[in-house]
Amino acid sequence: MSPPPTAAAGSGPAAGLEATRDALAASGYLADDSAALVSHLAQQLGKPVLVEGPAGVGKTELAKALSRATGRELIRLQCYEGLDEAKALYEWNYRKQLLRIQAEAGTGPEGEPAGGEVMEDIFGEEFLLTRPLLAAIASEAPVVLLIDEIDKTDQEFEAMLLEVLSDFQISIPELGVVEAQSMPIVLLTSNNSRELTEALKRRCLYLWLDYPAIDREVEIVRLHVPDLDAGLARRLVEVVGMVRELDLKKPPSIAESIDWARALLLLGADQIDSETFNRTMSIIVKHRTDLDLVAERVGMRLPAAGRNDGTS
Amino acid sequence: MPRPARAPRDLIADQLVSFCDELRSEGLAVGTSEILDAFSAVEQVPWSDRLQFREALAATLAKSQEDRHLFEQVFDRWFFRAAELEAIDREGPVEADGAEPDRGESGEPIDGERIDVDELTEMIRQAIADGDDALMRDLAQLAVAAFGRRGEGSGVVGVDVQRIRRSLGLTPGSQAQAADGAGEDVELDRDGVRRFEGHLRRELERRLIERTGKLPPARPLADLDRALPTNPTQDLAAVHRSVTMLKRRLATLGNEQRGRRRGRVVDVRRTMRASLETGGVPLTLRYRPRRPRRPEIYVLCDVSTSVTSASVFFLSVLHALHDSFRKLRSFVFIERISEVTETFERERDFRKVSERISQDGGVADISGYTDYGRVWLEFLEEISADLDPRSTVIVLGDARTNGRDPHAAAFAKLTERAGRTFWLNPEPRLYWNYGDSVMAAYEPLTTESFECWTTKHLEHFVDVVAKP
Repeated sequence: MSPPPTAAAGSGPAAGLEATRDALAASGYLADDSAALVSHLAQQLGKPVLVEGPAGVGKTELAKALSRATGRELIRLQCYEGLDEAKALYEWNYRKQLLRIQAEAGTGPEGEPAGGEVMEDIFGEEFLLTRPLLAAIASEAPVVLLIDEIDKTDQEFEAMLLEVLSDFQISIPELGVVEAQSMPIVLLTSNNSRELTEALKRRCLYLWLDYPAIDREVEIVRLHVPDLDAGLARRLVEVVGMVRELDLKKPPSIAESIDWARALLLLGADQIDSETFNRTMSIIVKHRTDLDLVAERVGMRLPAAGRNDGTS
Repeated sequence: MPRPARAPRDLIADQLVSFCDELRSEGLAVGTSEILDAFSAVEQVPWSDRLQFREALAATLAKSQEDRHLFEQVFDRWFFRAAELEAIDREGPVEADGAEPDRGESGEPIDGERIDVDELTEMIRQAIADGDDALMRDLAQLAVAAFGRRGEGSGVVGVDVQRIRRSLGLTPGSQAQAADGAGEDVELDRDGVRRFEGHLRRELERRLIERTGKLPPARPLADLDRALPTNPTQDLAAVHRSVTMLKRRLATLGNEQRGRRRGRVVDVRRTMRASLETGGVPLTLRYRPRRPRRPEIYVLCDVSTSVTSASVFFLSVLHALHDSFRKLRSFVFIERISEVTETFERERDFRKVSERISQDGGVADISGYTDYGRVWLEFLEEISADLDPRSTVIVLGDARTNGRDPHAAAFAKLTERAGRTFWLNPEPRLYWNYGDSVMAAYEPLTTESFECWTTKHLEHFVDVVAKP
C-alpha cells in the first residue's frame, strides 16, 4: 500500500487497465471487464489468479494471450490425477548421479576418496532436472506460469503448491530454498469438478469466466475469421447460444464456434438453414445423444433451405 | 468528479473493513489476507467507476460463484446504506452528486414537470434491453419522481415498486410480438425488469430515508436471496454435476486404497509360492489385491402423486445416474413396479423421459396410491434372482403406503439378498413416521437411510455410496 491514492490516481490506474485490455486485444483475446481488470491486478499485485468457468470459455487462452501481450514466456503445467512433485517441481537425475559416483570411485584407487565430497557434489544444481514449477521460479526472465486444470490433482498437490504461490519459492531439502528471480504471473484454471481448498483460494484472485455475451462472441468470431459475413457471424453465435441453453453433455465452446465459422466459410454458406446446420452440426456438438437433441430442438427451428432469411 | 478530496484514506479503510465484516456476517470466509489484498486491489482501479471498484473487490473477496452472488447483494445493500448514513450525517441535499461510490452520475436536479411518461417508458425499455445499469438507475429516479408527483404513493416500498412498474407497462416479454417485425429481439428479459425493480426499490427507500431522516434496520439476506438463481434445467445440471462427482470419486477411490498399506490381507497361497525361492521361509509377503467396489445398482423410484415434486428430482437423479454407471437398472413404481432401464438408455432428454414414464402402461397406476408392500412382492418375484451380495439397491420414496400393509418381511428378504440397501426419503427426517409414513418399518432393514431433498443431500449420499 505504498502509493497514496488521491484524485490524481484517477487517471493512472485507469490508463494501466486500458493498456492491459488493449494489449490483450492486440494478442487476439477480447477480454471482458472483469477479465481485463483481474489480469491487470494480477500484474500489479503479483498475485496468482484462479480462473474458473465452464469448459471452453477461454481460460487457458487467457494465459496464452497474457504471455503474448506481456512478451513473457509461457510455462505450462498440465495437471492430472496422480501428478506428483517429481513431475511438477524437480527431480534428481539419478543416472547422472550414479555415473558421477562411479567415475569418482574409479579415480581413487586407494579406496574411499572422501565420500562426503561426492555426496555434496551429486546434489548440486547440475544434477537437478527442473520441472515446470521450478523452471518458472528459477527463470531469469519473467514468465507466465499456467497451472492448468488444478481440480484434476489431489489435495496433497494443492498443499504443495501453497509455498510456490504465496512466497514464490521452492525448498529443496538438499539444496536450500530457490527463490523467484522475477515475479511470474501465475494463472490456475479449474473446471470446478471439485471444490478447491480454502487455503489455495485465499492466496489467489478469483475470476469467473462465463460464456461471453452475444456481441462479444460475435466480435471474437469475427476476429478469428475475419472473412465471414457479419450477419452470418451473428446468426451463428445466436444459434450456438441456443444450443448452449439445452442440457447437453458438452455444450459447444468458443473455439468450436470459431471452427464452425471457418467451416461455413469453407463451404461457402451464406446463411444457416436447417440443411447446412444438420450437415455441419457435428463441429459444435460432439456426443451422439447430444446430436439427436440438438437436431430436434435447434435444427427444426431454423428455416428450411432455399427460403430467404430467418424468422425463427 | 464524484470523488472530492474530502475522503481521507482511513475513512475509506474503515468503510472497507466494516464492509468485509458485513460479508463475514453473511457467511463469506474473508480472512485478513483477503482484506489486505482488497486494499491493494482497490488502489489499482479508479474509485469513481462503480463497476471496476466492485470487480476489484469481488476478485479479492469472493472466491467462488456462490460467494460472488452473495457478494453482489451485500455490496449493493451495504454501500447504499453507507451512502444514506453519510447523507443523513451531513444533512445536506446530496441527492444526486453523491460522494460515495454508490451514487449515480446524473448531476442535474430532477424536474418532474418535464417528464413525459411515454417517452420515459420508451427510454426505460431501451435501457433494460441494453442492460445499461447506470442509465436504469437514473431513469428509476425519474420514474419515482414522476409518480410521486401524481400522489399515488402508498408509502409502502414493495407496493409502490409494483405500482410504478405496472403503470409503466413493464412486464417481462411484453414486446415479443412487436419485435418480430423489426427483426431484432427487444424482448424485455425477466432479469432486466427485475434489475430495474431493484433500482426503483432503492430509489424509493432513499426517499423514505430522506423523509424520516433515519435508516431502517438492516436485514440479513433471506435464504431465497442466498441461493443461486436457478431454473429446472439448471437444477438438473446441478444434479448431473454431483453425479459426475460421484463417478470421479468412484474412479479415484480405488487408487487411494491401493496406496494404503494398512488393513491389507495376506494372500497365503501366493506367499507360500514365493517362499519356495527362499527354501520355504516366507520372506516376502504377498497381499490380496484390493479391488474397488464397482456396484451393480438397482434403483427403485416412487413416482406417485404424494411425491410429485420430489419425483421430478428423483427422476433427474436416476437420469443422471444412467450416464455414469454401466450396470444400473432402474424401476419406477406407484402401485406396481415397472422397469424403465431401456427408456433411460434411449432417451437423452429428461422431459421426454418423464413424459414417457408417466404414460407408460407398465406403471399400473390404477388409483394413483402407492402400495409399497405390493411393490416389494413384485420386485422379489421378478428380479430377486439377479440380486447378489455385490448389488446395491437404492429406494427413492417417502414410504407412505396409504394405510396398506407395508410387507416389511418381503422388504427384509430383499435387503438380505442385496449387499447394501439405501433409502432416500424426499421428506425431512422430522416428517418420517408421521401420518401414513411407515419409514420405521423399513429403516432398520436398510444399510442406511437418508433424507434427500437438495443436491447437497445428494452429494452426501454420494460420499457414502462411493465408500468401499
